[in-house]
Amino acid sequence: MDVIETLKTLWNDSGFQSFFVDSGWKNLVMIVISCLLLYLGIKKKFEPLLLVGIAFGCLLVNLSYFGEGSSDALYHLDLWDNFLDPEHEDYHSYGAILKHGGLLDILYIGVKAGVYPSLIFMGVGAMTDFGPLISNPKSLLLGAAAQMGVFLAFFGAICLGFTGQEAASIGIIGGADGPTAIFLTTRLAPHLLGAIAIAAYSYMALIPMIQPPIMKALTTEKERQVKMEQSRTVSKTEKIIFPIIVAMFVILLLPSTAPLVGCLMLGNLWRECGVTERLSDTVQNALMNIVTVFLGISVGATTAATRFLSMQTIKIVVLGLTAFCFSTIGGLLVGKLMYKLSGGKINPLIGSAGVSAVPMAARVSQMEGQKANPKNFLLMHAMGPNVAGVIGSAIAAGFLLAVFK
Amino acid sequence: MVENTTIAVTEIATKATEATTEAGDKLSIGEAAVTAVFGYSVVFAGLVILMIVLYCTGAYFKSKEEKSKPAVAPANNAAPAVKAVPAAEQKLAPGSAGHVKLFDVPDKEAAMIMAIVADKMQKPLNELHFISIKEVK
Repeated sequence: MDVIETLKTLWNDSGFQSFFVDSGWKNLVMIVISCLLLYLGIKKKFEPLLLVGIAFGCLLVNLSYFGEGSSDALYHLDLWDNFLDPEHEDYHSYGAILKHGGLLDILYIGVKAGVYPSLIFMGVGAMTDFGPLISNPKSLLLGAAAQMGVFLAFFGAICLGFTGQEAASIGIIGGADGPTAIFLTTRLAPHLLGAIAIAAYSYMALIPMIQPPIMKALTTEKERQVKMEQSRTVSKTEKIIFPIIVAMFVILLLPSTAPLVGCLMLGNLWRECGVTERLSDTVQNALMNIVTVFLGISVGATTAATRFLSMQTIKIVVLGLTAFCFSTIGGLLVGKLMYKLSGGKINPLIGSAGVSAVPMAARVSQMEGQKANPKNFLLMHAMGPNVAGVIGSAIAAGFLLAVFK
Repeated sequence: MVENTTIAVTEIATKATEATTEAGDKLSIGEAAVTAVFGYSVVFAGLVILMIVLYCTGAYFKSKEEKSKPAVAPANNAAPAVKAVPAAEQKLAPGSAGHVKLFDVPDKEAAMIMAIVADKMQKPLNELHFISIKEVK
């Protein structure tokens, strides 16, 4: 056995050697970024359930994928490029992915097929009480207003030179809804998935820092002090009928929302109907956890250095923040309008909760309301716009999908 | 009028869709502005219609509830008075840590306060014992 030759072969096969070849240094940068994301997830608790998985997926892919020819990689960008290339023989061939792909390629099929985001929505539906929205349907206006950031960021992205599909995927970050952002991006601009998912989940975690300054700037002390009246009690039958009505109405309006809205409302029906407790429990806990594991790690895998480290990513991060801010502004402005029209009975702070991100955004409204008036209790009032935001962002995604697919 | 509006909406939608395909997925700023405004309007329109539907169903259930009230009231009057069970004799709910006295605080708000305290303390609710909750005036 030629020891020197064997050592040479081992060195050439190792990942260490790859760091010094071509753009291998980019992988080192991505490894540092993944460690930073792990720190933010674990130490700072930024959406840890997803961010830890995404960060570790990012770490795994950048340890094993150094461009075409990385046969032992866990995820292969080139395989997915072939999958999307109509000229290639492996176009839309899941068989080729299963044959040549690594572990994360196989897990990513669930993202690509839109299975994971829809199942997450099912869990969200099973965990959400739509009572505050049913008792105060005006909340839907706030949920709609808070989609302003989606369309402004879309417009901004076009101005910065992105294509329509890419701009739509970037804009949806403003919906503050991770699964919706992933769902839309995998369909319209899968090459941007890593950057968009990381931006979306990071900003969702940063809501308690992003929203309060905007809330204070746009509302007066008097408006923030408004104590809202208790809403009416919603009957069990209304809660059962609600998901059926919403599913029928929204899916008929925008058929492209069917996977998201259908799963959201099915999960909610299981929760409310009272005869499927086992299913509701499974969807809320076991299924949600399993899907979160697969979703996090496979989304993280899309952050291969060759694709992620680009000017585009920086633009996406900036546009995502803009989208979040303008969504908050949209909700607050309509909240202020409702305050005026109702003769000061509605606290405009609940408008900012229209940016989906359940229940974080509603908790921020509650905290800011209580700072202005310690007797104020806005949580349940803010939950209405908050869950309306989930439906609103699904409709916005459905519209963008219908226009750009 | 309705027909004209429908045609106008369809034309805008078609323009928005065509814009994406014609320009090789690149949109001009004008087309992007039209698409953004139209998209925002669609979201608003969808949720406004949903709001109207919810108001209608809410009104139906409210009226149904009000109709059933007078029928229930005489039945209650006729029924023999149910002896109130003293708090001490009431069985504790499984997993609970005892009774809580409420002063000028509705049940729902009390439940909310207890849930928030448990969340802030990072402790399961059944490990906390609330003695009383009183509104500070």
